[in-house]
Amino acid sequence: MAVYLFYFLIFPGLLFMAVAGALLSWYDRKITARVQFRKGPPLLQPFYDFFKLLLVKETILPKHGSRSVFLIAPLLGVFGATMAGLFILLPLFGIETGFRGDVIVIFYLLTLPSFSYIIGSLASGNPLAAVGASREMKLIISYELTFLLVVAAVIMKSGQQFDMNSIIETQQTGRPFIGSISGVLLFVAGVFCIQAKLALVPFDMPEAETELASGIYIEYSGPPYAMIKLAKQIMFFILPAFLVAILLNGMNPGINIVWFILKILGVVLLLTLIRNTNPRLKIKQASGFFLIWMNLLVVVAIVLIAFGL
Amino acid sequence: MGFKDYCFRKSLWVFHFGGASCNNCDIEILDCLTPRHDLERFGILLVGSIRHADVLLVNGSINRRDKDRLLELYRQAPKPILVVAIGACGCTGGIFAEGNTFAGPVDKIIPVDAYIPGCPPKPEAIISGIVKLAGKK
Repeated sequence: MAVYLFYFLIFPGLLFMAVAGALLSWYDRKITARVQFRKGPPLLQPFYDFFKLLLVKETILPKHGSRSVFLIAPLLGVFGATMAGLFILLPLFGIETGFRGDVIVIFYLLTLPSFSYIIGSLASGNPLAAVGASREMKLIISYELTFLLVVAAVIMKSGQQFDMNSIIETQQTGRPFIGSISGVLLFVAGVFCIQAKLALVPFDMPEAETELASGIYIEYSGPPYAMIKLAKQIMFFILPAFLVAILLNGMNPGINIVWFILKILGVVLLLTLIRNTNPRLKIKQASGFFLIWMNLLVVVAIVLIAFGL
Repeated sequence: MGFKDYCFRKSLWVFHFGGASCNNCDIEILDCLTPRHDLERFGILLVGSIRHADVLLVNGSINRRDKDRLLELYRQAPKPILVVAIGACGCTGGIFAEGNTFAGPVDKIIPVDAYIPGCPPKPEAIISGIVKLAGKK
């Protein structure tokens, strides 16, 4: 029991993921700054932001709307992100093997943060938050099918194995899934799904700073907003880690950890560059993009997998 | 300076309130966020919601209609919040000080932590003011 609590709270769990996610979010902001020929924030900036929100700022509760749901929702988001991260990182680091079917569990847990933002923003009773929440719902409906198809294709490619450990082992004994045409197609679809899941710029219409004034988070201040930031930072680490695990060979022990870190940084770099070179889409365009083009791409990949390519 | 205070000073998020401004100060404030001046190296971000703000930048002359909005914004802001009055109109009223619709400079309405005078102040002056604000105490 104690060892599971340790897993949840310290090593692959909350603390480790929060620190890794904070460093990655600094990396993202620094790359953004360099792309725009700026200097960028200092290394510890995400920590300053987090502790400022957590320790210094006051929490303001909305007058209209449900206060308890408003406060519980960010904790639910952190919980979902941490649990999903735990199921991803335990097999990835080779600590525990996981169980049969945990890819499906991870898939459902990864949607929990988005749902918690929707619940929290609708509980705040703010009209702009409601618009943001409805956009987030439409976005989830759009990308979730694509993401499920990507996971299904990976399961199919690994020979009908439903657990992370076997998927990673199949790649490590054979070759990584990205080393084939179908793998490259799946990687492209997966990167766009992650972009939408993290609500980064081409798909950031739920928060839309310029028109909705940060939309779904508009009413949050102080510690609850710190929890939302924490959930977002954890997601920023575990989603690239998930993609690395299912398509890019996972992590070998020993010196190969450096190679694993480079793979994560590469995926995040890709996300950041997409984010910095694209304008925000309308929700209709985003739906069309996922429901037609990305689904088509993954279906093509599945057909190719059936032919063994 | 304690840990909490240090984190607060290192991560000031700015919300911009423009009163009845002639728009010059607004442009100079936006200039601070451009690549040349880059306020993000001090941890300063422009946020869209007053709920996330640590600094309330006020510029322009505050007329009678703006006064209620400014008071409402100040009440809605999570404390602690710093208020910065930018430009001649924000600090003193400038050429509008005698005007019929003028409702007093910013510090008559809400407590102000820093004044950045100028018509409009240069981006360098704004950065200098904000850095001094961050190093206060």
